[in-house]
This record gives sequence, C-alpha cells and structure tokens, in this order.
Amino acid sequence: MIVFDKPKALTDAPLHYCPGCTHGIIHRLVAEAIDELGIEGKTIGVAPVGCSVMAYDYFSCDMVEAAHGRAPAVATGIKRSDPSNIVFTYQGDGDLASIGTAETVHAATRNENITVIFVNNAIYGMTGGQMAPTSLPGQVTQTSPYGRDTKLCGFPVRVCEMLSELEGPEYLERVAVNNVKNIKKAKAAIKKAFENQINGKGFSLVEVVSTCPTNWGMTPKDALKWVDDNMIPYYPLGVYKDRSGKEEK
Amino acid sequence: MAKLTFKTDLCKGCGLCVDACPKNLLTIAKDKINQKGHSPVEITNQDECIGCAFCATMCPDCIITVER
Amino acid sequence: MTEKVLMKGNEAIAEAAIKAGCRHYFGYPITPQTEIAAYMAKRMPKIEGTFLQAESEIAAINMVYGVAATGKRVMTSSSSPGIALKSEGLSYLAGADLPALVVNVQRGGPGLGGIQPSQSDYFQATKAGGHGDFRMIVLAPAFVQEMADLTIKGFDLADKYRMTSMILADGTMGQMMEPVEIREDAEITTYDKPWAVTGTGCKREHNIVNSLFLKPDQLEKTNIERYERYKLIEESEAMYEEFMMEDAEICVVAFGIAARVSQNAIVEARKQGIKVGMIRPITLWPFPKKPLLAAADKVNKFISVELSMGQMVEDIELAIRCKKPVELCNRVGGMIPSPEEVLAKIKEANGGKN
Repeated sequence: MIVFDKPKALTDAPLHYCPGCTHGIIHRLVAEAIDELGIEGKTIGVAPVGCSVMAYDYFSCDMVEAAHGRAPAVATGIKRSDPSNIVFTYQGDGDLASIGTAETVHAATRNENITVIFVNNAIYGMTGGQMAPTSLPGQVTQTSPYGRDTKLCGFPVRVCEMLSELEGPEYLERVAVNNVKNIKKAKAAIKKAFENQINGKGFSLVEVVSTCPTNWGMTPKDALKWVDDNMIPYYPLGVYKDRSGKEEK
Repeated sequence: MAKLTFKTDLCKGCGLCVDACPKNLLTIAKDKINQKGHSPVEITNQDECIGCAFCATMCPDCIITVER
Repeated sequence: MTEKVLMKGNEAIAEAAIKAGCRHYFGYPITPQTEIAAYMAKRMPKIEGTFLQAESEIAAINMVYGVAATGKRVMTSSSSPGIALKSEGLSYLAGADLPALVVNVQRGGPGLGGIQPSQSDYFQATKAGGHGDFRMIVLAPAFVQEMADLTIKGFDLADKYRMTSMILADGTMGQMMEPVEIREDAEITTYDKPWAVTGTGCKREHNIVNSLFLKPDQLEKTNIERYERYKLIEESEAMYEEFMMEDAEICVVAFGIAARVSQNAIVEARKQGIKVGMIRPITLWPFPKKPLLAAADKVNKFISVELSMGQMVEDIELAIRCKKPVELCNRVGGMIPSPEEVLAKIKEANGGKN
C-alpha cells in the first residue's frame, strides 16, 4: 500500500527551485491540504513575483499570476467574483511584506475570506539574494554586504505579530519546515487555513519560515540548522491569532 | 516490509532526505549522475526501511514514493 | 421604451455599466469622478453585486484583474493621478489578455495638478498606458448620453478583443447633467470565455492567467499576435462624427468637451461665412485616421482644439501625413477654451478674412 506519494493537486512539472529549497515542501503541503479537503476543482491559486512566480505551473487547480505584491488584491477580486471558490495566494517575503504590505494589511483587516501562504526566507531569492523586509539584523546579503544595519535600514517586519494587532483576521500562525516535526505542524496549519475559508471564517495566513540555501550561501543541511539557530529565535513559531481556537499567543 | 521508489531523474541531490532517515539508509550516489546533472539519492539497504516516510516528508521535489 | 432621466455624466457611466452586466466595481476616492463610486456603493448591494473601496488605486486595479480573470465584467474608475497608479495593472491586464473597463475622468496635471477638467492624459491613454507593447481601446464621450452608450460599448469591445477599454472623459463630462436614456432593451452580447479561471471542477486542464513569458520567442509571439488583433481593431472599430464637413475648407478636430465648445464656434463661424467643419474622434484609439486623411485633400487647414498642450496634434499630423498644417487651439490646467476663443482661432486660420 502506498503511504506517501506526490499529491494530485501538484502537476507533473519538475520544480525549478534550487536543490534543497524548501519551497517544494511548502508546495506539497498546500497540495496535500487541497487533496485531503477535496477542493481542487474549485480552488484558484494566485502566484506571486519572486522565486515561486511559476507556482502556476505546479498546482493542478486554476491559477493566476499576479503583479509583485498584489496577490491579496487579485485574490480579493477572484473571491468576490464567486465566493464559492476557494482562493489562496502563495507569496514570498519581498512580495507580501515589502511591496505588497498595503494589500496584505488591508486584505487582513477586511477579513477577506482567503488563504494566504507566506513564505519567509529572509531574502530576495529570485533576483539573487538581496536584503528583504524580513532579513535579520546583521544578515549579509547582496544589498547589505556589511550586514543589515538597523540604523540605516530599520528592523525586520514580523508579519504575524503586526497583523495580530488587527481586529479583522481570523487566523495567523507561524510555522517552519526545517524538520519532520515542524513540517507536520505546518501541514496542520495550512489545512486549517483552508478549512477556515471553506467554513466562511475569513482571512487566514500561515507564515512558513523557510530556507534559501543558495543565497544564504549554505548547504541545504546547514540552511535547516540556520533556521533553528537564527530564524526561529527572531520569528517565534506559534499561533498569533485564532478567533475560533483556544490557544492564542 | 516497506519499499521506497525514487523518481531518480528529478532528484537534485540536496540530501535533506539523507539526514531525515532515522535508520541512516540513504546516501547520495556520488558515482552516479542523473538527467539533471545531479548525483541522486539511493537506498543502501531496502530491507531495513521501516516506511516512516521522513525522507519523503523532507524531500522538496516529491521524488519519493513510500509503500508499506 | 425607456424614459429619459436627468443624470450626471458620472452617474450615467455607473448605471450603464450595471446595464452592461457589470456587477463588480472597485475604486478609490478621487475628484472629479467620485460620484461613480458613490453610485456603485448604493446600487451594487441591491443587485447582489460587489462594491469595494480599495486601499489604493493599485489594489483596485488588481482586484479588477482578479475578477477579469474569472471572466466576469468588471470596472474601476479614477482620475488622472489615480490612473497613473493603475498603469501597473493596465499593463498586466494587457499582458494577460483580460477584458476590463477603466474610466478616467481627467483633471489637470502633471503631479497633483488641479481638480478642474483637462484632456492632458491623451498620451497616457492612447500611447503609454503602462510598460510594454500594448494598446487600450480609448473612448471619448462628448455628451452624457455618450457616457452611457460608450460604457456599454466599452464592455462589449473589451470582451470581444480581450483587452482594456478606457472611457477618457473629463471633469466637465463627469459633472454635467443632461437627459439620458439607458435603454432597457439594449442588447448585451455575452462572450464565451474558456480561458477564465472558474475552478477546473477536476474536469479540464487548469487554466492559467499570466503575463510572464521567460522565453523571448514566446513573448515575441504573444506581442505579435496581440498586434494582429490591434490591427483588426484599427480597421474596424474607429468611431468618429463629422459636422458640417461637406464643403469645409477648415477642419476642426476635437473630442469631449472641446468638441462641444468647437461646435458652437463652428455654427457662429458658418453664420459669418467661413467654411469650417469638424471631425470629432469618438475613439481616440483606434484613431479615425481614414476620414482625417480624406479631409486632408479637401481642406486647407486643421485646427486641433484640446485641453492639453497639444497632444492630439501629433496624431492628426500622422493621420494626414503632414499634408496640411495643423494648428492648436488650447487651454490647459483646468481652463476650457470659450467658443469665442475657438472662433477667433478659426478666423485666424481663415487668413483673417471675415
């Protein structure tokens, strides 16, 4: 009996991501949630600009490619067009927390009934490793070659914490995909974010602390360790808002 | 008895599965090269696989099928 | 039969859009077009439509992109600085071949400019709606009735050719009240949209709405195909109106409010024995090149009457292949030329005779 295989909601297209990039894991978790909830036929995904720009080739459901940062606005249009569809966005940190901050905040405060998968790997990957809104203090990138100087360029944006101050959003959780245990939690969070939408509860965002071995200049294995040692201490995992649940941070 | 099947040509040789295996059964086959130009993963001893699917859980490219 | 009702131009656009089957409106407040949003805010909830005040013009046009991707009729409206913000979305709509209606009730610029009427977004609308090679169908109403009719026409052309139609009005047209008839029995064509994202139902391959083509040969192909469609539009969809052109020796070219002012001036000039007429472009893209070129063999001069520093002049010169001189009669910054000013220009063009 097959106990583990590629989910149906993923196409057969080979992923273009670098070796060890955890985007692939997150794609799979989203697809598994879609499969388990039996919603592929009515799901419409919105791809961002960034490394996952070609996510539209990887999910079997209908897909729309949005302009940089605008995915929550595009998703709003799609959802308002037919609220019976299940609409998700898949966005990176530059897309969601920098150029698209306004779209993110306002979709959240409207409690727009969509699911947002936010991949935070603290860097702009697609363009070759520039400083992101989520790059850590001191983090060396192509555009912070001496390390992120918070005096010059401020501090990283903690998206879940920021959005949790709003009354609007239904559910905000930060997870990671750096080990099997965290991946299982991430899967549960993503599934819940889709269930919330199915049940009409509203805006659900799952922030997934992820890796970028290539632009961090590390082996995939070391990148997972860097998540534990550096990312998670700055971006604590957990539920930041859950209006229906009991556990609230 | 568990069985792993690899879509070897899609493997990027990242090794995340190798570190995830609790039985240390996986290895990157340095002497081999796949269509993509990567050295792919292979299993050293299929008989000892417990089918926990940790390797498949960590695999970013969905190349591992686990049967039990 | 439908009764005529007195409406503001902006309201006529909104009601006509609803008539055309538009049930989704996204906007952001900006003078002098906010009546469209206000009208939609009242009407949409009563007809199970969507009115949403977006957080920005950028968000609004991207919400439009989302609805357009699902194949439904959708619109946004703004005024000059707001349209500039929408350029990003206009380009993406073009790149993804999505139909939408965008209304620009122009005000003076550049920058924050003013809130009075202007036509100084002519270049932006007809030539530079955003980055990349693309066009928009640009419709220029001169009457409140046309605000309604061209809105319905705009939705139809947008669907027919899978592109953006823009209503290029101005503050005067938006604020002016005139009797309007929005015909209850107006025929609304519906178009098949097999490309739309409506959910696969697990019964078909997934649809992808996208403007990214990383392979240059593919991107080139999409551009060339799009321009073949544009060529067809140029051949078949140009709209214009001729006024007293039969024996004209001077041809005024004007659209929107400038055309109405010019019409008064022309009637007066005719009384004074000057053979002057007007070609009024109703579509600014496609530009009515054929009637202008034909007129170039008959008239001695053209006068472009515009509320800009002379943006349409260039299109007239190109259309008539510079066969005759094109003079400019303009006011800008929110000022409107008076019929007397236009008449003076006509007299001057007539060689000071009469």
